[in-house]
Amino acid sequence: MTATAGQTAVLSGTMSTMTADTLTARLADDLDGTFPEVVRELSAGLFSGAFRMLGNRQDAEDVTQEALVRAYRALGDYPVDRIRELRLRPWVWTIAANLCRNRLRSRSRRPQAPLTGHDPIDAGPGPDEAAEHSDLRGRLADLLAGLPWSMRTAVVLHHVVGMPYDEIAAALERPAATVRSDVHRGLARLRVAADTEEQP
Amino acid sequence: MTDHIITELGGLRVDAPAGLEDAVLVAVGLADHYVTRPTPLGEVYVAFNGRGVSAVDVAGDRDSFEARFFIDHGRRAIPTDEIPERIARHLDTAIAAGRPGRLPIDLRGLTEFQTAVLLRTATIPRGEVRPYGWVAKEIGKPGAVRAVGTALAHNPVPVIIPCHRVVRSDGTLGEYSLGDPENKRTLLEAEGLDIDAFTALSSRGIRFIGSDTTRVFCHPTCGRGSLITDRHRHDFADETEARAAGYRPCKVCRPVAA
Repeated sequence: MTATAGQTAVLSGTMSTMTADTLTARLADDLDGTFPEVVRELSAGLFSGAFRMLGNRQDAEDVTQEALVRAYRALGDYPVDRIRELRLRPWVWTIAANLCRNRLRSRSRRPQAPLTGHDPIDAGPGPDEAAEHSDLRGRLADLLAGLPWSMRTAVVLHHVVGMPYDEIAAALERPAATVRSDVHRGLARLRVAADTEEQP
Repeated sequence: MTDHIITELGGLRVDAPAGLEDAVLVAVGLADHYVTRPTPLGEVYVAFNGRGVSAVDVAGDRDSFEARFFIDHGRRAIPTDEIPERIARHLDTAIAAGRPGRLPIDLRGLTEFQTAVLLRTATIPRGEVRPYGWVAKEIGKPGAVRAVGTALAHNPVPVIIPCHRVVRSDGTLGEYSLGDPENKRTLLEAEGLDIDAFTALSSRGIRFIGSDTTRVFCHPTCGRGSLITDRHRHDFADETEARAAGYRPCKVCRPVAA
C-alpha cells in the first residue's frame, strides 16, 4: 500500500465508507491482488440478494459467480481513475440485478418448478433460532417472490442485503425517492400478506 | 408487526455456499482447481483455471503439489471433483496425444521467448524428437540454444506441451523437467520411439537422413523419414552435406529453419 494510494483514497471522498474507499484505491493499484478481497466482501450479500430475488439457490449461485466474473473483466478494461471513483457494491449490483432479471425472464419462457425461497438448508445461525423464526422467515421468502420486480429488488437490497437507499438507487438506476417508496410499498404488501396468512 | 418483518427479512441473509468464492477466483484465473490424471508416468496433478490448464506436475502428495504450485504461480491450488466442460472435453486427448490441440493452456507470466519456445515445441509430433538447436532456429533465435533448454525446464505443462521431445543434438536425451530424468525416456518409449536406434545414429554424427528416391532429407525421427527403406537411405552429418548431395529439406520436419 503506497502513500499515494492512501492519499488518493482520502481525497476521492465519494465512497460511502472508508473500507470501500481504500478497497477501490487498492483495486486500482493492484487488481489481481485486491480482487479476492472484493469477492470475500461482496459474495454473501450478492448471494443472499440474488437468492431472495430469484427464490432459487442454484440460480443465485450462478448469478453471483457470473456477476463477479463480469465485474473482474470490466475492471481489467477500466482506466485506473475510473476504478478509484467506483462505488463498488452498487456497481456490482447493477450487473447482478440485470443478471437476475434476465434469468427470471428466461425462466418464465420455459416450464419450471414453482418459485420458492423456502428451502430446508436455509436455516439461520443456529438450530434453536432457526426453529423459532423459520415459520415467518420462510413465508417471507415465498412472499418476496410474489412482489413486483421493482419492489422486490428494493426490499431485498435494503432489508436483506442491508444497502442504504442511495446505493440501491445507484445499483438499480432509479431515483432514491423511488427506491424509498418501492421499499415502503413492498413492505406494506408483505405485512398485509403475512397478516392475512397468519389469521386465515 | 413491521419491525418483526424487518427483523425477519434481515434474517434472510445467508452465507454464500462453500466453494463459491473459490469458484469465482478460479473462473477469473486468480486461483486454480486441480485434479489428478493417469499418464505413462503414473498419476499427475493437473491444475486449471478460467484461462486454461496452468500446471502439470508430479508430486508425492497433495500438500507438496499445492505448496509447489503456490511457489511457482503465486496462487492457491484447490482440489476439485469437477472439470469444466471446455477443459474436460480435451484434457485426456491432450495428455494422450502429447499436444494441447484444442485444450486451452494458461501461459500467463511467461516471457515472450518462453512462450515462443513452448508453442513451437507443442508442434513436434508424437514419437518424434528434435534437437534444442532446432527449436532455437525455428523461433528465430539460433544462438539461444541454452535458453531454449532453460525455457523447457520451466515448462508449466509438461506431457501436454511435449518438452520431452526436445533432445540434445548428440542423441542423448538431456534434462527433463517433470520428476525423475528417466521420465523423458519413459514418455518417448510409450510413444513408440526407438530411442536406442536414434541414439546410435546420432552418436555416429548423423543428424539427418534422406531418401534417394525423393531427394528429401529429414530429422531421423520424422514420420516421413521413417518410411525410407534401408536400400534408399542416405545419412548426412549436416545440411551442407545433404545439399551437396542434391537433397532438399523436408517441409514437414523442417531440418533447416527457414
